[in-house]
Amino acid sequence: MKAALVLETGKILLGESFGATGESFGEVVFNTGMTGYQEVLTDPSYAGQIVCMTYPLIGNYGINRVDDQSEKPQVQGFIVKEAARNPSHWQMEKNLSRTLAQSGVVGIKGIDTRALTRIIREHGVLRGIITTELEGLQEIVSRLNNLSVPTDVVARVSTSKTYTLPPMSMEKEILHVVVMDFGIKRNILQAMQESGFRLTVVPHNTPTEKILNLQPDGVFLSNGPGDPKEVATGIKTIQGLVGERPIFGICLGHQLLSLALGGDTYKMKFGHRGGNQPVQDLTTKRVTITSQNHGYAISEKSLEQTPLYVTHRNLNDQSIEGVKHRDLPVFSVQYHPEAGPGPSESLYLFDEFAQLMQEWRAGYAS
Amino acid sequence: MPLNPAWKKVLVIGSGPIVIGQAAEFDYAGTQACRALREVGLEVVLVNSNPATIMTDVQTADITYIEPLLPEVLERIISKEHPDALLPTLGGQTGLNLAMELERKGILERYGVDLIGCNSETIYKAEDRDAFKETMVSLREPVAESVIVNSLEEGEAFARKQGFPLIVRPAYTLGGTGGGIVKTSKQLEEILQKGLQASPIGQCLLERSVAGWKEIEYEVMRDAADNCITICNMENIDPVGIHTGDSIVVAPSQTLTDVEYQMLRASSLKIIRALGVNGGCNVQFALNPVSREYVVIEVNPRVSRSSALASKATGYPIAKMAALLSVGYTLPELTNPVTGHTSACFEPALDYVVVKFPRWPFDKFPAADHRLGTQMKATGEVMAMERTLEAALLKATRSLEVGTVGLRIKASGGWTEMEIEDKLTSADHERFFAIPEAFRRDWTILEVQMLTQIDPFYLYKIKELVLLEQRLQNEPLTTELLSLAKVLGFSDLAIAKLTGRSEETVRAMRMDSGIIPVYKTVDTCAAEFASSTPYYYSSYEEEDEGKISNGSKVVVLGSGPIRIGQGIEFDYCSVHALSALQEAGVEAIMINNNPETVSTDFDIADKLYFEPLTIEDVLHVLNKEKADGVLVQFGGQTAINLAGRLKLAGVQVLGTPVDAIDMAEDRERFAELLCRLDIPQSEGRSVTSVSQAKKVAEELEFPMIVRPSYVIGGRAMQVVENLDQLEDYLRRAIHLSPEHPILVDRYLDGKEVEVDAVSDGETTVIAGIMEHIERAGVHSGDSLAVYPPQSLTPSEIDQIQDFTCRLAEGVGIKGLINIQFVVVRGKVYVLEVNPRASRTVPILSKVTGIPLVNLAVQVSLGKTLKEMGYTHGLAPEVPFVVVKAPVFSFEKLTKVETSLGPEMKSTGEVMGMDTQFGHALAKAFAASRIPLPEDGNILVSVAEKDRPEAITLARQLAQLGFGVKGTGDTAKALALCGVEVEVVNESSEALQEAVRQREFSFILSTSTQGAPERTGYLLRRLAAEHGVPCFSSMDTAKAVVRALQEIRSNTVPQVLSLQEYLEI
Repeated sequence: MKAALVLETGKILLGESFGATGESFGEVVFNTGMTGYQEVLTDPSYAGQIVCMTYPLIGNYGINRVDDQSEKPQVQGFIVKEAARNPSHWQMEKNLSRTLAQSGVVGIKGIDTRALTRIIREHGVLRGIITTELEGLQEIVSRLNNLSVPTDVVARVSTSKTYTLPPMSMEKEILHVVVMDFGIKRNILQAMQESGFRLTVVPHNTPTEKILNLQPDGVFLSNGPGDPKEVATGIKTIQGLVGERPIFGICLGHQLLSLALGGDTYKMKFGHRGGNQPVQDLTTKRVTITSQNHGYAISEKSLEQTPLYVTHRNLNDQSIEGVKHRDLPVFSVQYHPEAGPGPSESLYLFDEFAQLMQEWRAGYAS
Repeated sequence: MPLNPAWKKVLVIGSGPIVIGQAAEFDYAGTQACRALREVGLEVVLVNSNPATIMTDVQTADITYIEPLLPEVLERIISKEHPDALLPTLGGQTGLNLAMELERKGILERYGVDLIGCNSETIYKAEDRDAFKETMVSLREPVAESVIVNSLEEGEAFARKQGFPLIVRPAYTLGGTGGGIVKTSKQLEEILQKGLQASPIGQCLLERSVAGWKEIEYEVMRDAADNCITICNMENIDPVGIHTGDSIVVAPSQTLTDVEYQMLRASSLKIIRALGVNGGCNVQFALNPVSREYVVIEVNPRVSRSSALASKATGYPIAKMAALLSVGYTLPELTNPVTGHTSACFEPALDYVVVKFPRWPFDKFPAADHRLGTQMKATGEVMAMERTLEAALLKATRSLEVGTVGLRIKASGGWTEMEIEDKLTSADHERFFAIPEAFRRDWTILEVQMLTQIDPFYLYKIKELVLLEQRLQNEPLTTELLSLAKVLGFSDLAIAKLTGRSEETVRAMRMDSGIIPVYKTVDTCAAEFASSTPYYYSSYEEEDEGKISNGSKVVVLGSGPIRIGQGIEFDYCSVHALSALQEAGVEAIMINNNPETVSTDFDIADKLYFEPLTIEDVLHVLNKEKADGVLVQFGGQTAINLAGRLKLAGVQVLGTPVDAIDMAEDRERFAELLCRLDIPQSEGRSVTSVSQAKKVAEELEFPMIVRPSYVIGGRAMQVVENLDQLEDYLRRAIHLSPEHPILVDRYLDGKEVEVDAVSDGETTVIAGIMEHIERAGVHSGDSLAVYPPQSLTPSEIDQIQDFTCRLAEGVGIKGLINIQFVVVRGKVYVLEVNPRASRTVPILSKVTGIPLVNLAVQVSLGKTLKEMGYTHGLAPEVPFVVVKAPVFSFEKLTKVETSLGPEMKSTGEVMGMDTQFGHALAKAFAASRIPLPEDGNILVSVAEKDRPEAITLARQLAQLGFGVKGTGDTAKALALCGVEVEVVNESSEALQEAVRQREFSFILSTSTQGAPERTGYLLRRLAAEHGVPCFSSMDTAKAVVRALQEIRSNTVPQVLSLQEYLEI
């Protein structure tokens, strides 16, 4: 079956349908990862977005039971050059196309994804619709102009109920961390469990007191989709937490922390999505290759008015990749130390978080 | 950390001659490194014995030594040049081994030279099997259970404990020389024995075989501040068991989940950190196809064939960066040269599929053992990029120039089911083509998977291509089907054959429907950032990114994969052609498909198209670029062969006109021309039948040289001594090439010489005459050759000069011409004219300072030699001597007959330079890894006709203090003439033992040409496998004696740089 990708610019790219049929609207972004499509699909940070994979062969190793980052595909649509028809892997449970079809994700294949990526690079991310209904595509273009990206994506992907997870390391001291779920990836939960944390995962709109009542050793601010400025309740909660507990934020959590402390964020032209972003630690000068998925970033100037200072930068565009509080045990990074997909060399940040919590606990006790 | 101020002068070691396992990739790496180091203001001293390289050009390094890569030579260079640092990691295994020796001998310490890039401890940890294992264990990185053995007994003990299959890996050898997989005690005995001898330290690793696991490689880099990045990972389609150099490789990996990808990436980074490499490193893994279990197979703490491939596959210039890191720069300080504005400290993202396919030399060695295993046998490789795996595979196979049509080779249709099964199981060079053939005969994926252990992912892809083949055969060729076939990579020729049309018809259909490829950029970043590097590949996709300029531009056709007879020298010529075009203000565009070369480096041409060199692919580029013309004379026979069809397609072929090329290559026309010019030629005929041949045999005398028409490197050429041999040859040869006649020439027993010249039709500049040391009958590529000639008379030189000038003008050459002559008793005959660059162009250009390629390009663009300041005739001789020596890879190619003949067998060459002929000769031998023995015994076993000369030689050797031994009749003949000779036992066991025990310092064994001669063949093979020098030509042996006499003469060889020689 034929399918079309219609962009807000009026550009129409024709391809073939795979996954679910129908129509899907979202913000079209690209990801440069050569592996890890399953993790991308199921990463809640992609809620509301149509993801174009720049690597042309997607689905080669099928979909397995273990690499999901949430319980279902979260992307609004999926664009590939080629979706593997005959995947092969010992862990494979089903193929990509069937997985998308089952979860209602509209996909399009046979697209010159490099050409599309170049459009996004030049134009910035743009709104688009994938449709398997090829009649009246022009009408879609005009409709696109009136559609806007939903503002409640965090609420859609956050847990609605509080739940707990046990630590998964016997060697480390057990620390209790409250996780604010703005659309968290499983790998983050797993990385923290492996760091010896006992986790209480709370909904995005949990108030400060409720979190403090849980008596955590620290609070973690998760990744998530959309514009950080729309997560008003979260920002408010964080404002209350700063100074009360050690805080560690990743991605959206990092942006929310800055907003909570008086900083500002801006929408990037096309963001960073992939597993090859170089980030330099400004203290050690060491560079790590990081996994990233964000379309917003902290604006440099805005930090002047805040107690935050920049600890990490992206080597390609010098954008802010990490901040720390001048006085308090509060820090965050824009990238994804938990990997999944992407390099795992930044996992040490969870240990740093653990250390802050231990120090805080020691100080609190005395 | 920027540049370390302690280092101002850096010594770079090259990798020496091209041999199997160490090829052009090190010219690419070394050249990039020298340029990078000079760009940051360092003085670079280069040592390499290989004259056919760009790196040994006077322009590449500040000071260039074309000298043997031996510790004593390096010591003399170090004591003269006083470099501050030595960079060994760009010179392959040769570079590392040499650095280790210099360190061990205390030479580096004595002269205060720092080893940079990686220290000796790193080399030791990576190369010494025991130390390697220990390092991996300490890192908790898994390795296959193994044991280091120094004897057969130790090996047998391990086998009893561990069981079979086991892998034997000799320590410190190139390309896994001497190793293999063993499944029985008998195989263990045979292979371990050989491995122990192949290893310079007599040591082998025996390990549990993980054959059948996925073979995955990572190219990683590290700087002194411990920043590490992965450049590329690669997956071998052929699982563990076949040397990675002989495997079909894809990049990036296709069948690994992100978890697996990151697991192995993390392991690679851990390893490079632990080894402390400052630069590039290659890590090879075996990954269990049904679990996450993996083992580290091998680590190379240097740039390698794989890193060259990774560089070309991603665009990321590994060698350049490695060189900069070695002198103190850190990755975050450097900019990605491909984008020009983002950080070099990142990991490339590909948005295309890369396939590397090996090129094997079995077309030249039909008798060789064709099975693939842990010992590498390929001489070269091709790379292809596309947006689908299928298309990349098909591009790669058609780049090989082995007569593939789609997924078929000539033989594949005729294979029996048994043959297919055998090829799939025991893996020979045709295995890949046996897979589609199996599917054509309805074998299942599972069956093929069981036999090959290739991941079904790849098998399905091949199966899809076979299904498409069937559609093309059975369905009408609609635009849609045609388009699909192009997207999946079928050539017009393949579609034509499958649909019963002509290639031209398919092309016309395509053009009518607008089905043409677009060009995509290789930018290291999957289009995330704008890129400034014009590096393209074609794809049947939507958007074309190529930016076409309006200025004048010329396309240079490269020479494709390195093979015997067409090696790195043509890449040298292509690179010079590009820079000559740039010098002339013309946009220089390169088309080539060899990832190992300098010509495919990202910043050599103004534009690089990484494409197959077929008429279809080349025309696409030419049409797209609307180039003013194309240069075909620098890319060897590959490029020349396209000239006619390019012209037919309306392309302007610059330089020597197509008709002139044809005249030089067409026997009849050429003979007519010679007749008209009154230039003597060895008598010859062309025949198409056995009866015709018999008639010719009556007219000409034996011996005769026979060969098919239009050949590369004397392929399938042979000297026949009688009618029986002639008939036998014809029976086999006609099967080889049905469309073309067989050429029969009278064999002239004389001195062979060759010239390289450049002509504009009026002025012909002869750079020099090279005299071959072996008499005619030995292929020029396999001969020792000396310049200036040592034994030609003025009259002979006059004739050569006269014939060359008249031939160049008579043929209508506009550019380069190479002519081979034979001189018989003062009379010069023409053997062959090549209207193109030749193997000797780099040598003569370097030593005479006459930029042959540049002149040829300028002439092709319309300039005259006169206006460039050159005069007609033979250029003045240089006041020093150079000797070119061939280098063979016989130890890698089991069962190949090593005796020299008209068929070329060498894979590479070296050059010796000195002011004295004898020393130049001795250096050439030393550089070609034939150490001239100082004492011991020589074994003489020669054909009857060679015995008179053997007697003289034996006497001279005896005078030099050698003991003389001989086989049966040879010994008798020697004894009769009063030479003191010991008769050796000729039984194969005794000979084997004697060679193994190094009873002979060298062997002189000539072939009786055709007559069954088990002893000779056996001796030569034994010598090759055990590294005993063996000479199969009396002339080579005489040269050896001459060199030995020189060494004993108490004169000291020169240590002069190329720049100094040119100043003499």
